[in-house]
Amino acid sequence: MFDSLNQIFTYHFMVNAFRAGTIVAIAAGIIGWFMVLRRQSFGGHTLAVVAFPGAAAATLLGVSATFGFFAFSISAALIIAIASKRGGQPGAALSEESAVIGTVQAFALAAGFLFVSLYHGALNGVNSLLFGSFLGINDSQVVTLLIVGLISLAALAVMGRPLLFAATDPDVALARRVPVRMLSVAFLVLLGLAAAEVSQITGALLAFALLVLPPATAQLLTPNPVLSITLAVAIGLAVTWLSLIVAFYSPYPLGFFITTFAFAGYLLALIWRRSARRRYVAQ
Amino acid sequence: MWLSNMLAHDFIRNAFIAGTGIALASGLTGYFLVLRGQVFSSDALGHVAFAGALAALVFGFDARLGLFAFTIAAAVGLGLVGARGRADDVVIGGFFAWVLGLGALFLTLYTTSNSAANGTKGINTLFGSIFGLSHPEAVAAAWIGAVVSVAVVVMARPLLFASLDQAVAAARGVHVQAISLVFLVLVGITTAEATGAVGALLVLGLLAAPAGAAHRLTSRPFRAMWFSAAFAILSVWLGLVLAYAAPRLPPSFTILTVASLIYLIAATIGRVSRRWENNLPV
Repeated sequence: MFDSLNQIFTYHFMVNAFRAGTIVAIAAGIIGWFMVLRRQSFGGHTLAVVAFPGAAAATLLGVSATFGFFAFSISAALIIAIASKRGGQPGAALSEESAVIGTVQAFALAAGFLFVSLYHGALNGVNSLLFGSFLGINDSQVVTLLIVGLISLAALAVMGRPLLFAATDPDVALARRVPVRMLSVAFLVLLGLAAAEVSQITGALLAFALLVLPPATAQLLTPNPVLSITLAVAIGLAVTWLSLIVAFYSPYPLGFFITTFAFAGYLLALIWRRSARRRYVAQ
Repeated sequence: MWLSNMLAHDFIRNAFIAGTGIALASGLTGYFLVLRGQVFSSDALGHVAFAGALAALVFGFDARLGLFAFTIAAAVGLGLVGARGRADDVVIGGFFAWVLGLGALFLTLYTTSNSAANGTKGINTLFGSIFGLSHPEAVAAAWIGAVVSVAVVVMARPLLFASLDQAVAAARGVHVQAISLVFLVLVGITTAEATGAVGALLVLGLLAAPAGAAHRLTSRPFRAMWFSAAFAILSVWLGLVLAYAAPRLPPSFTILTVASLIYLIAATIGRVSRRWENNLPV
């Protein structure tokens, strides 16, 4: 067993895949935890999907794909933030925001499709952009992931407390002069950064799984915020490492294993929670 | 002259036949999706459609069978989960993230088990191929679109009631749960049918953008519903003309671009007129 694990690490691309996967799982676990708390899954999914036109546009223009990932995700975060701010009456805000997000997502995917079809001969690249590929991660990419991850986590550390406050009770937070509006814009940008990071490993369509499932599982297991965030990171890491090992030995895509393991963990937590509640009621 | 030249092509005529039916159904169902805050559910259904189509291809069935079976089953599932309290966006998101992972698996299985010639099937499922529809396919799409539209119009009044005030509607004898379930199934059928034209990933745009635009322009329900349908049809028609005029642009892209522009214009007009009414500086 340990021999075969050691064998994995003799390949440099697998070492890089583990490094990148670890960075991404930590960032996604922590930022995703706040996303789940704030009920912004749709936004998170959209920001991840935007990575697809970003990378395709970068390829078309001949610049680094990493740049495209981040540029597009941050722009989309700002567009969603501005558009939902202008959403009319308070009552209609939620459904109007979802219309904005849906439009942004579909247009971004359509634009990605355009870029890919303008860039002839790269049709095979579409699948790896959408569903991920962990084989070609180079050293400089790992460094970029690490720097962006550290910056976004540092930003989150500064705004974590007021963000938690604003998410649990926006009215009281507003009355206490917490800048709720500015916080939510800043958080969307952070979410965009995290989504762009994950997309580079799992592909644009599956990035969402790492953002939503480990934090959702952790929030089912414990109400304590610090414990829950730690648990989200631990689950994310376990899922990513296990998936990388399994994907190395199998012909099937990494994204399938990541989504399946993460979803299995979520289901187990749901069942555990149900039975725990039943036991509690029985007492 | 130029238009009649365009319409002389069979593939263009088929695209218009299918596109109009699909757009009508998407515009009408989209209005209620936005009203009910269920755009995320329709996004999920689009992703399920992708996995369904590829699953059917892997096991040797017709892709359309998988499309309809998966989306309708998922719609019923969403409806049932939603019946016990609102379907949680985390539950929806988590589930469909896994379905997409399955889709990735089926895509790999399909492309590795078949010759490379079929590699474009996956791309077509994701992004559509409205210019590739045959005449029978186009007519079928138009019929399905028409049936869904009639069903939505027939149930529009109780559906509106149930969407705006669930408790009062239930007290007045509206079967709120049954109506929600039927509505989601109609959305599933629309999604499955639209997948062949604009693709599983882009259906969301036809459902969300015209409806969002209509919601920005008017708060009168039935007027907004028909606005939404008109915007969807306009997006498809203009998009097809644009794609014909500029062959390098894929039709899915031009359709979605027109729809997004309509949304942008409507949001601007809605904002300006709201300020006007309130005597605020524009």
